[in-house]
Amino acid sequence: MNRIAVEKKVLNENQVLAEQLRERYRRLGILCVNLISAPGSGKTALLERTLERMDRSTRVAVLTGDLQTENDAQRLAKFEFPVKQITTGGTCHLDAKLIGKHLEDWKLEDLDLLIVENVGNLVCPSSYDLGEDAKIVLLSTTEGEDKPLKYPSIFFKSELMLLTKIDLLPYVPFSAEVARENARRVHPGMEIIDVSNTTGEGLDRWMGWLAARQEKAKSKLESVGT
Amino acid sequence: MGTANNLTPSNHATMGRAGMHELGIATSILEHVQAEAQRHPGRRISKVGVKIGELSGVDRDALQFGFEVLVKDTEWEPLVLEMEYVPRMQRCSKCACEFRMEDFDPHCPRCGEFSTQCISGEELDIAYMEVET
Repeated sequence: MNRIAVEKKVLNENQVLAEQLRERYRRLGILCVNLISAPGSGKTALLERTLERMDRSTRVAVLTGDLQTENDAQRLAKFEFPVKQITTGGTCHLDAKLIGKHLEDWKLEDLDLLIVENVGNLVCPSSYDLGEDAKIVLLSTTEGEDKPLKYPSIFFKSELMLLTKIDLLPYVPFSAEVARENARRVHPGMEIIDVSNTTGEGLDRWMGWLAARQEKAKSKLESVGT
Repeated sequence: MGTANNLTPSNHATMGRAGMHELGIATSILEHVQAEAQRHPGRRISKVGVKIGELSGVDRDALQFGFEVLVKDTEWEPLVLEMEYVPRMQRCSKCACEFRMEDFDPHCPRCGEFSTQCISGEELDIAYMEVET
C-alpha cells in the first residue's frame, strides 16, 4: 500500500473558477456581493428596496438564484436594471461555474456592482466561493437568535450581517441583542446593520455600506492602473 | 478532470437522503480520486483521506453516506473515505497562545485577551490517497 499526500481543496475546481471571476471583477473595479440567508429572511425584498434607492447612474446587475421559478427575477425586473434568474433545478447553492455561465452575455465592462442573491440556504452556499468581494448574511427577527451558533460557518465567513424585519421586534420573541452577541461570538468584530424592508429603517446605512465598498473596489482599480 | 459519471439509477434514487450538499462534496472527492487514478494506470485507489474543518459546514455522517452511495456498484468500489475532523483553533493576538475554541468563546485562556484569530477549522481538503501496489 502506498500513501500519497495530495493536499488539495476538495472544491478546488470551484475555487479556481471563483478566483478567475474575482480577478475579472478586480480588473474592472466591479464590486460583487453574495447575499445568503435561510429562505424567507428577506433577500429579495432587500434587493427591491436596494434597487429602488439605487442612483440611476449606478451600473448594477443582479443574478438571483432559486431552485425553481423565475419569480424573483420578475419581481426585480421593474427597476429596469439587468436581472437574470439562475434556476438550479434542485441544487441547493450557486457555484462559480453557474455564475460564469450566466455572465457570458453581459458586458462586465459596463458594470460597477454585481449583486448575487444565493439560493435560500444557510449551509451549502457557505462552501462555494463565487468570486465575491464579500458574503453578506441575512438573519430575520422571525427566526431564532441562535442561528449564528447553529450555522457558524456562514456567519464566520460573512463580512456583514443584516438583521432584517427589525420593525417586527415588538411582536416577536426575539432579542436583537442576543442575536448580535451570538453572531459576534462566532465572528468577533462582525459588522451588523439592522434593517427593515417595510419601514426603510437602516436602509441608508446599508446603501452607505455598499457605496463605501464600491468606492474601495474602484480605488483599488486606480492604484493598480488599467 | 474526469467526472463522477458512473452513477447507476439506484445511486440516484437513494441520494436524496444524503442531502444535496454533502452529495456534491462527495462527488467532488470522487472526481479527485478519478484524477489521481489516471496518474497510476493499472493500480487501484483503496482509500481517500479528507480533512473536515469544524467551520466547513459539512456534516460528516451525511458525507460518509453520500460517498458510499456514490461509490456503490461502480468500478471504484471498494473505496474507503477516511475523515479527519479539524477543530477550530485560535491564536491570541497578544500572547500568541494557540487554543481550541470551545463554546464559541474567543477569549484567550491564558491572558484573557478578546482579540484572537482563527487559524484552523475551515478545512475541506483532500489530504492523501492510498494506492494499491
